[in-house]
Amino acid sequence: MTGNSPAVVSASKLGLTFQTNDGPVQALSNVDLTIGKGEFVSFIGPSGCGKTTLLRVIADLEKPTAGTISVNGMTPEQARESRAYGYVFQAAALFPWRTIERNVGLPLEIIGLSRAEQAERIKRTLELVNLSGFEKKYPWQLSGGMQQRASIARALAFDADLLLMDEPFGALDEIVRDHLNEQLLELWERTNKTICFVTHSIPEAVYLSTRIVVMSPRPGRVSDIIESTLPKKRPLDIRETPEFLAIAARVRDGLRAGHSYDD
Amino acid sequence: MNWLKPSWQAVLAVALCLIAVGLGAMSKPEAAALAQPEASFPYPYLVTKGLMFGLLVIAALVSMTRLPAIVEALVLFVGAHLTAWLLITGINGFEGTALAPYFLVLAAAWLLGWRCVAVLSSLRPVANWARTALRLIIPAIFGAWILILWEAITRGAGIPFILLPPPSAIGARIASSLPVLGADVRQTIFKAVIFGYVVGSGAGFLAAIAADRVPFLRRGLLPIGNMVSALPIIGVAPIMVMWFGFDWQSKAAVVIIMTFFPMLVNTVAGLAASGHMERDLMRTYASGYWQTLFKLRLPAAAPFIFNALKINSTLALIGAIVAEFFGTPVVGMGFRISTEVGRMNIDMVWAEIAVAALAGSVFYGVVALFERAVTFWHPSVRGG
Ligand SMILES: Nc1ncnc2c1ncn2[C@@H]1O[C@H](COP(=O)(O)OP(=O)(O)OP(=O)(O)O)[C@@H](O)[C@H]1O
Ligand SMILES: [Mg+2]
Repeated sequence: MTGNSPAVVSASKLGLTFQTNDGPVQALSNVDLTIGKGEFVSFIGPSGCGKTTLLRVIADLEKPTAGTISVNGMTPEQARESRAYGYVFQAAALFPWRTIERNVGLPLEIIGLSRAEQAERIKRTLELVNLSGFEKKYPWQLSGGMQQRASIARALAFDADLLLMDEPFGALDEIVRDHLNEQLLELWERTNKTICFVTHSIPEAVYLSTRIVVMSPRPGRVSDIIESTLPKKRPLDIRETPEFLAIAARVRDGLRAGHSYDD
Repeated sequence: MNWLKPSWQAVLAVALCLIAVGLGAMSKPEAAALAQPEASFPYPYLVTKGLMFGLLVIAALVSMTRLPAIVEALVLFVGAHLTAWLLITGINGFEGTALAPYFLVLAAAWLLGWRCVAVLSSLRPVANWARTALRLIIPAIFGAWILILWEAITRGAGIPFILLPPPSAIGARIASSLPVLGADVRQTIFKAVIFGYVVGSGAGFLAAIAADRVPFLRRGLLPIGNMVSALPIIGVAPIMVMWFGFDWQSKAAVVIIMTFFPMLVNTVAGLAASGHMERDLMRTYASGYWQTLFKLRLPAAAPFIFNALKINSTLALIGAIVAEFFGTPVVGMGFRISTEVGRMNIDMVWAEIAVAALAGSVFYGVVALFERAVTFWHPSVRGG
C-alpha cells in the first residue's frame, strides 16, 4: 500500500454471486483491496478466477452481492456518472460504422468536447498507439491487434484519472506489446494516473506494476498481493535483472499455490 | 482434337435442327403448299427457313471450336437472337399454324442463348466496368428469353388472347395508353402508396422508440401489433373507404395499416441487436438514453429497419392496388385492373401488371440502394 495517499478504490469483504440456470456461481468472494492514487496494480490469475468481474464491479457494470466498495470515495455508480474512469474491454468493441478516428472520438463526442479539442486528442492518442495513417479506415479493415490498439487509444483519449484495462495487450505480438508497455509506463509516470491492469503474463505484470494482485478461482478470491521493489523508471532490460526475476518467481509461486489442480 | 470444345447445349441444338429439317414443314400453310406443289400458297419462312437453320448450326459449331470466351459468347448471342427474331417476325399473320419444327428451332435457339449466358457467367473480368456490364447483361439476356419464349409460344401455338396475350401486344397497349397509365400511376403510387408508406413506416418507427422507452408499451403494443397485422386487407379496405371516402386517402390508410407493424416489430428487434460490450462501453461514458440511441443502437438497428422498409415497399403497392377494388374515383391501377377484366381487355390488365411490376422493382431498388449506402459496414453488404 502506498502509505497515506487517498484511496481510489477501496473494497472490503466484496463478494459477487451470479445466479445461473445451473446454480449460483461465486465469481468473487471476500475481496479486500485498497488501491491508492497513482498506483499501477496488475491482476493475474487463471482463467475464470474473477479478474474481469472485479474490474466490472469497480466500473459499476456489475453490482456486488456482498461487502462494500467505493471509487474515489463515492459509490461506483456515482463514480461512473462523474466519468471517473476509462475502460479497455477484453475485446476491441469498436463500432463498425465509424472510422477509426470517429471511434476514438466517440467518448469525446459524448462528453461534448469542442471539435478542435477532439481532433487534437485523437491525433495524439493514435500516435501513441502507432496507428497514425489509419484514421480513415474502418475497424473491419484492420487486423485484430490494430483494432485492440484503437480501443486503447479510445480509452486514453477519454483521459480519466483511473484506467481499467482488461487484458489490453492480449492480442498483440511481442514487439508491439513491449512498445505499448513502455508507452503505458511512460504515460502513467507522466500523468500520475491510477491503473488497474488484468494480464495473463507474469513478465508483463512485474514490468508494469507497483503491486501485483494474484487471484485464484472457485470461488474467485485474492490469494496473494506482491509489492514491487522496482524503481519507477524501468527500461525494458530491467527484465533481465535478478531483482525482476525474484519478483517474477514470487508471482509464479503465488499462482501455483492458488491453482486448484495443483493439489 | 484440342481445337474442339464440345458443349451439350450446342450439340443438342444441332441435333434439334437436324430433326426439324427431317420433319419438314414449319407451319400448316407450308405443309399444304408442299402437298399441292402446283397451287401457290403464301406461307411463312419461304426464304428465311434455310437462313435460320444455317445460323443455328454455324453458331453452334463455331462455338465449339477453341475461341476466346468473349468471341464464343458473341457468336452464340448473334446466332440465338437473330434466329429468334426471324422466327417471331416470320410467324406474323400465320399465328396458330406452327408445327413441331417451329418449336424445335425455338428450343435450339434457346439452348444457344443458354450456352451464351453460361459462357458469360464463367467470365472473370478484371476491369470494374466489365464486371458491372456483365452483372447487367446476364439478367438482361435471361429476361429477354422469358419474353422471347412467351412471344414465340403464344403466337406459334395461337394461344387465345384472353388467356395470355403475347408481350408485343402488351407492349403496344402500354405505348398506346401512356396517358391513362400515367394517371393511374399518379393516383395509386404517387398519392396512396408514397404517402401511406412514409406515414406508416415513420409511425411504426416512432412507436418502436416509444415502446423501447416505456416498457409497458412494449408489452402491450407488440401483441396487439401482431393481431392487427394479421387483419385481412379484404376486410379493412371497405371500412377505410367508408371512413375516409373514395379518393386516395382511404387507400393510403390501408397502406398505413399494412406498413406500420412490420416497421414496429423490426425496429424493436433491431434496437435489441447491439452487443452487450458496446452497451457497457456507452455506460462507462455515462452516456444518456438518447446519445446511446443515436450513436449505438439506431446504427446497429439499421439492417433491421431497412429490412422493414423493403418489406413495406412491396406491401404498400399490393395494399393500395387491392384497396382500389373497393371503390375509387375512375382512376387508379387497381380500379383499372378490376374494370378492364370485366371488359375482357386483358392486354390492359397486363399492361397495368407490367407497370406495377416495374414500379415495384424501382421502389425496392431505390430502398436497397439506400440500404447499401447506410449499412455499408454490415458483413452482408461489405462481404459482397
Ligand atoms: N454474467 C455472468 N453470468 C454468470 N456467470 C458469470 C458471468 N460473468 C462471469 N461469470 C462467471 O464468473 C467467473 C469469473 O469470470 P471472469 O470473467 O471474471 O473471469 P476472468 O478471470 O476474467 O477469466 P479470463 O482470464 O478467462 O478472462 C467465471 O466462472 C464465469 O463463468
Ligand atoms: Mg476476463
